[in-house]
Amino acid sequence: MSRILRKTQLSRDVFRMELEAPEIARERKAGQFVIVQVDSDFSERIPLTIADADEEIGSISIIFQVVGKSTLKLAQKSTGESVENILGPLGMPTHIENFGTVVCVGGGIGVAPMHPIAQAMKKAGNKVIIIMGSRTKELLILEDEMRAIADEFIICTDDGSYGRKDLVTIPLKELCERGGIDLVVAIGPPIMMKFCAETTRPYHVKTYASLNTIMVDGTGMCGGCRVTVGGQTKFVCVDGPEFDAHQVDFDTMMLRLRSYKPQEQEANHRCHLQEAVDKLQEQSK
Amino acid sequence: MTYIPAEKLKEEAEQLLKEIDFNNLKPKDRLKIPMQEMPAQEPVARGKNIQEVALGYYEAQVRLEAERCLQCKNAPCIKGCPVAINIPGFIKAAAEGDYQKSVNIIKESSMLPAICGRVCPQETQCMMECTVGKSLKDVDKSVAIGRIERFVADWEREQGKMSLPHIAPPTGKKVAVIGSGPAGLTAAADVRKAGHEVVLFEAFHKLGGVMIYGIPEFRLPKVILDKEIENLLSMGVEIRKNFLVGRTRKLSDLIEKDGFDAVFVGTGAGLPNFMNIEGESLVGVSSANEFLTRANLMRAYEPEKADTPIFTGKRTAVVGGGNVAMDAARMALRVGAEEVYVVYRRTEKEMPARREEVEHAKEEGIKFMFLTSPKRVIGDDDGKVKALECVKYELGEPDDSGRRRPVEIKGSEFILEMDSVIMALGNSSNPLISQTTPEINVNKWGNILADDTQKTSMERVYAGGDIVLGAATVILAMGEGRKAAESINKLLAE
Ligand SMILES: Cc1cc2nc3c(=O)[nH]c(=O)nc-3n(C[C@H](O)[C@H](O)[C@H](O)COP(=O)(O)OP(=O)(O)OC[C@H]3O[C@@H](n4cnc5c(N)ncnc54)[C@H](O)[C@@H]3O)c2cc1C
Ligand SMILES: Cc1cc2nc3c(=O)[nH]c(=O)nc-3n(C[C@H](O)[C@H](O)[C@H](O)COP(=O)(O)OP(=O)(O)OC[C@H]3O[C@@H](n4cnc5c(N)ncnc54)[C@H](O)[C@@H]3O)c2cc1C
Ligand code: SF4
Ligand code: SF4
Ligand code: FES
Repeated sequence: MSRILRKTQLSRDVFRMELEAPEIARERKAGQFVIVQVDSDFSERIPLTIADADEEIGSISIIFQVVGKSTLKLAQKSTGESVENILGPLGMPTHIENFGTVVCVGGGIGVAPMHPIAQAMKKAGNKVIIIMGSRTKELLILEDEMRAIADEFIICTDDGSYGRKDLVTIPLKELCERGGIDLVVAIGPPIMMKFCAETTRPYHVKTYASLNTIMVDGTGMCGGCRVTVGGQTKFVCVDGPEFDAHQVDFDTMMLRLRSYKPQEQEANHRCHLQEAVDKLQEQSK
Repeated sequence: MTYIPAEKLKEEAEQLLKEIDFNNLKPKDRLKIPMQEMPAQEPVARGKNIQEVALGYYEAQVRLEAERCLQCKNAPCIKGCPVAINIPGFIKAAAEGDYQKSVNIIKESSMLPAICGRVCPQETQCMMECTVGKSLKDVDKSVAIGRIERFVADWEREQGKMSLPHIAPPTGKKVAVIGSGPAGLTAAADVRKAGHEVVLFEAFHKLGGVMIYGIPEFRLPKVILDKEIENLLSMGVEIRKNFLVGRTRKLSDLIEKDGFDAVFVGTGAGLPNFMNIEGESLVGVSSANEFLTRANLMRAYEPEKADTPIFTGKRTAVVGGGNVAMDAARMALRVGAEEVYVVYRRTEKEMPARREEVEHAKEEGIKFMFLTSPKRVIGDDDGKVKALECVKYELGEPDDSGRRRPVEIKGSEFILEMDSVIMALGNSSNPLISQTTPEINVNKWGNILADDTQKTSMERVYAGGDIVLGAATVILAMGEGRKAAESINKLLAE
């Protein structure tokens, strides 16, 4: 059992939760995640990145977007209530050192897992350039927090409602052209990470992507999270979640993410979901 | 073997019980008593439900079966049991109808009789050595030791008065047990009995290891497992679920910072093997671990309640020939597959699965393709499984293990239409502990090296079960947990 210490809404369907988890708070490092099971027995186990932690209070924060049944169930919990099971910290921590200049590309909800990494990169002495992207202005999260870390800060929206009207790969390409970049970290939808990798490949800039495959146990037992990296099978939960983006077979990964699509669509029609989320918002007003 | 209705088995046994004069049975008369078949649910019906398939002996049957035992002086059967249960002793008590005495004898050596009686591969263990089987030249006609074991253990549970073991006064010493499979559960109980404080760490949200996430409900009902675990709790073992040693806390920190005096590692062999053939990442291909975890632990066999989805193809191929393959195949049937094929590259004789499971699978309509191995998985335009290309094998020269090595027959490729494929090729050991604890030596397969007291290369750290043995059995894991507990108790007494 893990008590919800605070819950806030960051955008139309994105929530932040601070959870009591002293042991995880103590051990966690940037890039690691937890597996959450909202209620016992029949609930699903879902992976969520540790967005922040406070060792003194003994809490961790997660930021999640409501995309289906389990994330909705989580969003329906209020401050003071508990989530049944939480396991972590899982995965390999991000390799942090002073690389020189690091570009962090965060797309959509991917900005949440990017935040602790950008923070750690900055602390290690890197020059940090942040590119944030989303479909539209309303969906941007953590803008102030990211801006505070960045030495250089670029925002893109698909519809041009805020910042540049571009996909994140355009400014990324410009930066590659300009040169002097030692590392790129990309987190976001698989398609975005794939194109970030394609953008940096010709410039031979080392690029990491944090993969968000489907998971069950998160301990290396089921193989459900497997991806092909450099022709080899890797388990995202124990070998990752970060991999050399130039080696990742994104196409197969995207296929596998759709594995349970028919069942999931049955469970939650997009419009029902939004309706449920909007109702939450009403209640909190 | 054809299916005989449970009622019929009961009637026959009751009839026979009346006819036999048990007062002066000679060994040859005992050999004539027919081996009692296990009553089971009707095959077609059970393929659609999740309830236990094997129903357990009727009382008349257990009497008859127990009377088949010759009470051999040298008791060769005991040598076949990894924990050396006093087999003739408990069978004699069962024959006399003193079930409490019978189960007490078993419990001197085994913590989990209701479980081992169900899942032990008896025909390769105790039954293999049995004189009755040897006399009748058929190991399947040996005394059905495990079935009697199951009966008396179930009897005790149903009486609702499980006896709690005596616990020595507190010693002030603290022991960490990692993993709640049979190895960890047994070690925890035995260390606790010596009066030490025990904390049991488990990564999952439920206890039991493979017994909860792997072995299905229809073979091992979870209420039985829960009962055994309840006993453990009542002995005062502290349980820490959702705790992954190596990540939530390093093993060395448990000793250096958290004050544990000794550690037992029973983390199992949970790293699924794949074939590394083309198409293995297609949608619809999963490991048996994933498939069974979704079904069992996450309860996906109850789709109206469970949030975790499971892939339910119409035509499913299961690759492999062990218990895991049988469980996956039979579970696939129960979650909606219409046709299930088991694809195995050797013959039926070499299949490592328990015989009873293979028979049950056949009765349920599962089709076996022997001497066949997949070459690649073929997908459709959406990346979903469409078919499995297989190739035929024949048996060649014996290999190191004495089994004849299967060799590919060139040009014998053929295609099976399938919409899901489950890989049940066994497991390697989970590398998490060894990766995060370099002091612990492992062999080239990642199994932890332990000496004959179960001690590892790290001071105060012991290991046992699948993490040491590679994929083994419940009873072997239990035996190692027991041995490790003995060593830990000895260490802490110094
Ligand atoms: C290591 C890791 C870290 C993650 N961190 C975060 C995070 O910090 N915040 C966050 O909001 N999400 C994160 N995710 C994704 C999150 O786990 C999924 O959104 C969640 O499992 C969906 O569950 P659901 O039942 O609500 O939706 P479902 O009903 O299961 O799915 C709804 C839709 O989301 C897709 N989907 C399902 N699982 C995933 C997945 N793992 N990744 C992407 N799409 C998926 C489905 O294909 C479907 O289209 C992370 C995933 C991983 C593997
Ligand atoms: C599908 C299937 C069917 C089987 N059928 C049979 C059968 O019929 N008969 C039989 O005798 N045997 C059978 N077996 C084999 C048997 O189940 C195993 O040999 C036995 O369970 C091994 O016990 P164990 O205690 O070593 O490990 P496990 O049962 O594997 O338990 C290990 C536990 O440790 C936990 N763990 C792992 N790493 C960590 C960590 N770092 N921190 C905390 N916890 C951790 C795991 O979550 C797990 O719960 C079967 C196995 C499978 C997979
Ligand atoms: S070997 Fe068989 S017959 Fe002899 S004591 Fe053991 S179980 Fe009985
Ligand atoms: S525990 Fe297993 S091997 Fe030992 S007597 Fe029982 S069934 Fe046979
Ligand atoms: S989630 Fe099961 S192995 Fe990674």
